[in-house]
Amino acid sequence: MAYSDKVVDHYENPRNVGSLDKSSEAVGTGVVGAPECGDVMKLQIQVDQATGKITDAKFKTFGCGSAIASSSLATEWVKGKTVDEALQIKNTDIVNELSLPPVKIHCSVLAEDAIRSAIADYKKKNQPAEATTA
Amino acid sequence: MSIKFPIYLDHNATTPVDERVLEAMLPYFTEKFGNAASRNHAFGWEAEKGVDLAREQMADLIGADPKEIIWTSGSTESNNLAIKGAATMYARKGKHIITAEHEHKATLDPCKRLEKEGYEVTYLDPPLDGVITADMVKEAIREDTVLVSLMWANNEIGTINEIPEIGKICKEKGIVFHTDATQMVGKLPIDVEEAGVDLLSASGHKFYGPKGVGCLYVRRRRPRIRLTAIIDGGGHERGMRSGTLNVTGIVGMGAAAALCKAEMSDDAIRLGNLRNKLEQTITDQLDGVAINGRLDKRIPHTSNISFAWVEGESLMMAIKEIAVSSGSACTSASLEPSYVLKSLGVGDDLAHSSLRFGLGRKTTEEEIDYTAQKVVEGVKKLRELSPLYEMHLEGIDLSTVEWADH
Repeated sequence: MAYSDKVVDHYENPRNVGSLDKSSEAVGTGVVGAPECGDVMKLQIQVDQATGKITDAKFKTFGCGSAIASSSLATEWVKGKTVDEALQIKNTDIVNELSLPPVKIHCSVLAEDAIRSAIADYKKKNQPAEATTA
Repeated sequence: MSIKFPIYLDHNATTPVDERVLEAMLPYFTEKFGNAASRNHAFGWEAEKGVDLAREQMADLIGADPKEIIWTSGSTESNNLAIKGAATMYARKGKHIITAEHEHKATLDPCKRLEKEGYEVTYLDPPLDGVITADMVKEAIREDTVLVSLMWANNEIGTINEIPEIGKICKEKGIVFHTDATQMVGKLPIDVEEAGVDLLSASGHKFYGPKGVGCLYVRRRRPRIRLTAIIDGGGHERGMRSGTLNVTGIVGMGAAAALCKAEMSDDAIRLGNLRNKLEQTITDQLDGVAINGRLDKRIPHTSNISFAWVEGESLMMAIKEIAVSSGSACTSASLEPSYVLKSLGVGDDLAHSSLRFGLGRKTTEEEIDYTAQKVVEGVKKLRELSPLYEMHLEGIDLSTVEWADH
């Protein structure tokens, strides 16, 4: 199967590879997928706690070229967005941008899950104190 | 010497037609185009002569009598004819069949069809090293076992089953023994007499012959094996396989067999050395590498390697100028890893991360050196990207991690 140029580009030059300090309060970490399914994505966001804006994002992915490209693209897209804006990113946006074929749609779903999971982790860490007692 | 790209290292899938084979075939397309079944004119006689020579060449390669070669369209058809044909013919004696889980689909699917028709099939569970032993077969044999079908060499990992030992047991028990020798024929010397094989499948394009032609060896003496045909028609090939003979293909397969007979010993030594060099270079430079299948019982030109913490398809992208086969097929929603590797008990994570390298007659040392280097670079690059490798470096045992469902 031939990959689209954009997938190949992200695969050859992945953006934002790496890790952030997962113990930091300002960092949200999402790990989704499983090795036996053939893909695992780890996506991390660094949030400016005053503005709620995502200032940095990193990923590491075990998976096929489309999975790597989807997560690489996801880190590019979340940067500069607020946490709530980032939640608006849909897997179909990723499918369209990367021209993923139907058999690779699960890669985009996984990337969307990774964004949501990282944001959920960040929100959990930064829950307002009253929220837990309310 | 410069390397010509892309590099072809998928010779277990198919091989190029040898130029000498092509030359032998060409006259049969145009000048000697007769139907080998036309008994009453020179065109037919000439075609038949070509087919007869090929029959001798093929028989000679496997230690058979030319009369025991039945031409087919390839190993899938040969396996179907052998398994369904023998099971049907000997159904009165019993309806139990023995095969193994890591057989080719062309064996497993005919067996599954027979199950629907009331046969019972035992699928032997291969050990981690992939080799089916005579003892395993012995234990599975029942009073009503009529057929054992086990491949000579495995197409994904290249391991060689204990065929002569299994043949001996089948002979003692009076059970028909079929072997799918598609990956073995023309690669290492074999002899159907010594091995006690009753039925043997082979395919022309796996040993530098053309696609679309194969054969089934059917034993005629001690004992005479009978088969129920699965294609009805003009009664060609002793009534076992009707249909006008594919003369060009058959001539090509025969020529390919003759070349293998003459050259396979040298090829086996040369390719075995190159294969070992490939494996050595890779394992010297990478940790977390596992070579699948029993090392000392493999066909010489095949290597199946698992790379922990990276995924097979992405690795194929990293070495895109090299044509290999990936154990994982990340193209369906179910993301099924190789059922062959799974049946051996290779973990799902490693089964997703394996490549099969198939060397061939024209493979050069330069190509192997280049491939080894590209693989090492690719794996290193992908491990930099891999969250699993990061966890491994942090000392996390991946088998204890609870993964979210996906």
